[in-house]
Amino acid sequence: MAANNNESAVLFDQPGPKGRKMISIANWIAGIIFAIVVVLILMRLHNPPDGENQLSWELWKPALDAEAWTDFYLPGLWATIRASALAVVGAVAFGLLFGIGRLMPNPLIRVVSGAIVEFARAVPVLLLMIFFWRWFASVGVPSPAYWSVVLALVIYNGSVVAELVRSGVGNLPDGQREASLALGLTETQSLMQIEVPQAIVAMLPAAVTQLVVVLKDTALGSIIMYTDLLQQSRRLGSMYFNILQTLVVAGVVYFFVCWLLSRLAESLPARLQQHTAAPTEPEPVAPIAAGDPSNVNQIAVAKEVEELPLGGTDRQYHVHHRGTNASIHQWRQTKYVQGYDVTHPESQEEAEKDKLFKLHHKKENHSEEE
Amino acid sequence: MQDLTLLFTEYNVPGAFLVNIELTLWSALFSMILGVILVMMRISPVASLRTVAGAYVELFKNLPLTIIMVFMVLGAYAQLKLTFSDTFTTNFFWLAVTGLSLYTAAFVCESLRSGINTVPIGQAEAARALGLSFTQSAFQIILPQTFRGSVAPLGNTFIALLKNSTVAAAASVATETSSMMSEMIEYHADLIVLIFLIFAFGYVILIIPIGLLTTYLSNKLAVRR
Repeated sequence: MAANNNESAVLFDQPGPKGRKMISIANWIAGIIFAIVVVLILMRLHNPPDGENQLSWELWKPALDAEAWTDFYLPGLWATIRASALAVVGAVAFGLLFGIGRLMPNPLIRVVSGAIVEFARAVPVLLLMIFFWRWFASVGVPSPAYWSVVLALVIYNGSVVAELVRSGVGNLPDGQREASLALGLTETQSLMQIEVPQAIVAMLPAAVTQLVVVLKDTALGSIIMYTDLLQQSRRLGSMYFNILQTLVVAGVVYFFVCWLLSRLAESLPARLQQHTAAPTEPEPVAPIAAGDPSNVNQIAVAKEVEELPLGGTDRQYHVHHRGTNASIHQWRQTKYVQGYDVTHPESQEEAEKDKLFKLHHKKENHSEEE
Repeated sequence: MQDLTLLFTEYNVPGAFLVNIELTLWSALFSMILGVILVMMRISPVASLRTVAGAYVELFKNLPLTIIMVFMVLGAYAQLKLTFSDTFTTNFFWLAVTGLSLYTAAFVCESLRSGINTVPIGQAEAARALGLSFTQSAFQIILPQTFRGSVAPLGNTFIALLKNSTVAAAASVATETSSMMSEMIEYHADLIVLIFLIFAFGYVILIIPIGLLTTYLSNKLAVRR
């Protein structure tokens, strides 16, 4: 009972026999309502007003047979994966360049990199795609649709990676930088040799999660006639007049690939944590709001550790250490308002609640009890 | 300068941005309502509600927005005859709003769920100790603090929504910015860079104040503990 109810258990008292009965009745009513909704949707599919039966095998067969897969879905999926793989490689290069640029001691490099990253963050990917597509087509680049999809995704996701690098460096404990400066390294050397390598390991899981975003965004390419999975399923659908069915199949494929990648990204942080002093994160800090200093992707934080009774998790790091706000130049001025920093457990008022703190002292307490 | 005035007299650029803003505001409203319902379902004691809300969020988080928008027009409208209005433009507009709202609601739900974490357990425990029921403690104690704690992720979600409203082009909304940019480039290919910069800076100008407002509000509304 407590195990499957842990998300909500704290919001209400452990139900007694009467409460349990009420909950099970509500459970059945809700289940029946959802079943009715599903049946209504199926009925609409079966018998749409002045249309043909969308559930008939006549329409589903051409959307599912071997020819559909070999001639349409699989080449489409390959085009999608090809574009997203190249875009991720490019985005990492772009992100490293401008992310490190934003951390450099030279103010000119910082300002220029900052302006580029903020601009890339604010412009919708579709506008970038359309612009590059028309431009490449007019200049005469071969396969303009492919390159415009890749380049637009590189620019937008590169700005995300740039912020990941920056927050990765910001999330490192102060000691890393202090130690390297004390050893006589210059600021730039410390950044390039000590901090950035650790930040890169810390951001890898987030980069895998970003791959999901890239993969989803390649579907925008169908608007500029890139023959990706979505475009191929539309072509197949217009041949047999079963576009609803082919779109459903394409949706299932997209969901399956994205879901697998998300699971992979979630399993990575634990394995990578031993290689870095910065916390590894499965989800990128959403660098969407330009100039947003509290750019904390709390969605990511909610997924980082086990869920709490209220349906989420503690914030693990202080807001100052993340996102746009992460700056190696203000580490000493950090004020602990909420959340905690593993490196500063004393900043947390209710230290007993702190899971890592507890873990740390578990052994001690255990031996005392005995 | 001459080119700029030519473009602005020939095309109603602010009007295109207005369409995107309308799309964003309506979708924000509906996705907010749906998102609150979803997050309530996810923290409720009823297992079937939790399962359905979890499945909804997982489904829409892993689907490209473009396929949802295409489905709204080619599947829901063309095959299943889901219509909002007899006028084509109004109909496509509301189909796009539906698609955007369904997609964004999953992210609103996740933002709110992470906002719930900013509420200390003591608040819920105190509410229980006072004898409040689940709905009372949820609506009077937890949710108000949740909203204040999730301003930043919600702001980011709505900025993403504004940018995503350009995907309405996939749902045949021809008056919004990406379609208009495409059309302008078609007729003024020599001014392609200028046209792109007009729209790009339009979005920069729209998004920076929202970002600043989000920051301001998340600092102002955060419950200091």
